[in-house]
Amino acid sequence: MKIFSSGGQYARKLAIGLSLIGLLQGGAAIAAAKEISGAGATFPYPVYDKWAQAYEAHTGVKLNYQSIGSGGGIKQIEANTVDFGASDAPLQPRELKKHQLMQFPTVMGGVVPVVNVSGVKAGELKLTPEMLADIYLGKIKTWNDPAITALNPGLKLPAKAITVVHRSDGSGTTWIYTNYLSKVSPAWRKKVGNNKSVAWPVGIGGKGNEGVASYVGRINGAIGYVEYAYALQNKMAHAKLKNAAGQFVDPNSESFQAAAANADWAHAPGFYMVLTDQPGAKSWPITGATFILLHTRQNKPAVGKQVLAFFDWAYKNGSDMASKLDYVPMPANVVKLVEQTWHSHIKGPNGKPLTGAM
Amino acid sequence: MLISSQRDEAGLQTTGNPTTTSSVEGDVVRDHLFRGATAFSGAAVFALVLAIVLSLAVGASLALHKFGVGFVSSTDWNPVTETFGAAAPIYGTLVTALIAMLLGIPISFGVALFITEVAPGWLKRPIGTAVELLAAVPSIIYGMWGLFVFAPWFAEHLQPWMQTYLGPLPYVGALFQGPPMGIGMLSAGLILAIMVVPFITAVMRDVFATVPTELRESAYGLGATTWEVVRYVVVPYTRTGALGGIMLGLGRALGETMAVTFVIGNAQRISTSLFMPGNTISSALANEFNEAVGDVYTSSLLALGLILFTITFVVLAGARLLLGRIGGRI
Repeated sequence: MKIFSSGGQYARKLAIGLSLIGLLQGGAAIAAAKEISGAGATFPYPVYDKWAQAYEAHTGVKLNYQSIGSGGGIKQIEANTVDFGASDAPLQPRELKKHQLMQFPTVMGGVVPVVNVSGVKAGELKLTPEMLADIYLGKIKTWNDPAITALNPGLKLPAKAITVVHRSDGSGTTWIYTNYLSKVSPAWRKKVGNNKSVAWPVGIGGKGNEGVASYVGRINGAIGYVEYAYALQNKMAHAKLKNAAGQFVDPNSESFQAAAANADWAHAPGFYMVLTDQPGAKSWPITGATFILLHTRQNKPAVGKQVLAFFDWAYKNGSDMASKLDYVPMPANVVKLVEQTWHSHIKGPNGKPLTGAM
Repeated sequence: MLISSQRDEAGLQTTGNPTTTSSVEGDVVRDHLFRGATAFSGAAVFALVLAIVLSLAVGASLALHKFGVGFVSSTDWNPVTETFGAAAPIYGTLVTALIAMLLGIPISFGVALFITEVAPGWLKRPIGTAVELLAAVPSIIYGMWGLFVFAPWFAEHLQPWMQTYLGPLPYVGALFQGPPMGIGMLSAGLILAIMVVPFITAVMRDVFATVPTELRESAYGLGATTWEVVRYVVVPYTRTGALGGIMLGLGRALGETMAVTFVIGNAQRISTSLFMPGNTISSALANEFNEAVGDVYTSSLLALGLILFTITFVVLAGARLLLGRIGGRI
């Protein structure tokens, strides 16, 4: 008897569950154009999430963004399982062409070298690109190396060994950082190269920004690199870097904006633009943008329009939200260029542009 | 088998009574259904294992074809040039598991013996519960504790001591060189030891408790000391079960991911010193799978998974063989 009654209960639960699923599916079918989905980079997730909440409150359109990593985002958009993909590193123009995608930048951030040397406070230590590369190549081994002391006459640098800290997980931060080192150091380009994870010649790896930050914070004599927002929120001691114009600059939103504004976006096919080592006296040299990937031919034009409307809204209204989360919004000239490219590149099934002229 | 034969007898006895026949037939039907359901569940396990091996093998085939034996022997792990060799993570996996077992087995043995043989009755339950609670702590907690609490303490107090007193020793001295960072192979092994102790202890305590009281009491009656009872009665009687517990612990040590990732330093290198950072297969996978782009890279990571699967399988199969042999001797 007992078995039967519990069986009956189970059947009832099952029936309720099934009808719920039915309801949900019915609801989804009606709301198809009211929901857009994206997947990819983890770095911009907090700001996309914030934008999505504000946008839903404003328009009722829901954005479902899964931060599964840039690699996953690229795979998902190529397989057409999401409406847009997101990547921290831009795709090469030939990759875009092959998969019929276009990409555009949404927000920027900077990568900041942080140090833990006794007696050295934030912004006191100056480093040149060559020194940074040599430290990460294991050529400069101690903090009182003649090259470093010569550049920092006012600082008392100890004879302490340098412990190099890098990311252990594949990440867009590492991609931007190694891209910069490859640009400024031929030895780095030849020996290590540029990727989301590389064969580090020396050092220990921490998982995530928090892993790197905790290693640097704990090991006396350590140097690491983290996202700007992370260094700021944890009050870590950053180093000043010499930029392409020969100036020593601090990382902050002005210096990131300067790097983006001085970059030659108009002549970057497919927005393939890495903001490292950009010209301009105020430019922070290790700046990077994060990107959105879209199919150039939208088979569901209603959804495609929603995606573009969301990012248009985010460009116009989302800057404050981004700044509050320590991201740097794109400069107005770049936004204009992006929206023009939407018009010229993104077409519906009939071959007509999805957006009006902008 | 036993249950079903009893059921058949019951059926025979009741065939004479027509009023209960239908319910007996119903029993038989349900019996068949039950047997079918359990057989299906058993087969599903096999199918699952086979499916995992197959999909790992298919995924790994590209990397294994490209690099051949070099994949296992090379330490070169370079996503930029797309050349991959798994020697460093294989070495790290084996060494950290070895450290964990070297420290974990004696401690677990001691704790289990204390609970079953030495502790007064009122203390057995609290200690036993504490062990079970330790086994239930999620591994990420061990990882964070390892990174924020254990590693700094280890770097400040234990590592300098080891360097001073163990460093100058011949042969083993080389294992304790380098800057004391609190992060590295040794820290990972120690954290793993702490993590496997509750597993091994719980199993050992349970099997030690299966020793019949008569055996134990007779040994004491003959004038044996506690140690002699343990050495000549408890351990021989429970050897198989205790080894099973050790294997369970080893399985956890080989496959543990998050806790190791936090403290091992994640460097794709083989260093003589245990103070230096290294890597294990599972932490390499956890670190790199998300952002791995490109067929060769992904395939190499899957090949790493296949190797871990093989190591675990070989260890478990070896343990089974060993158990069979010991079981035959008793």
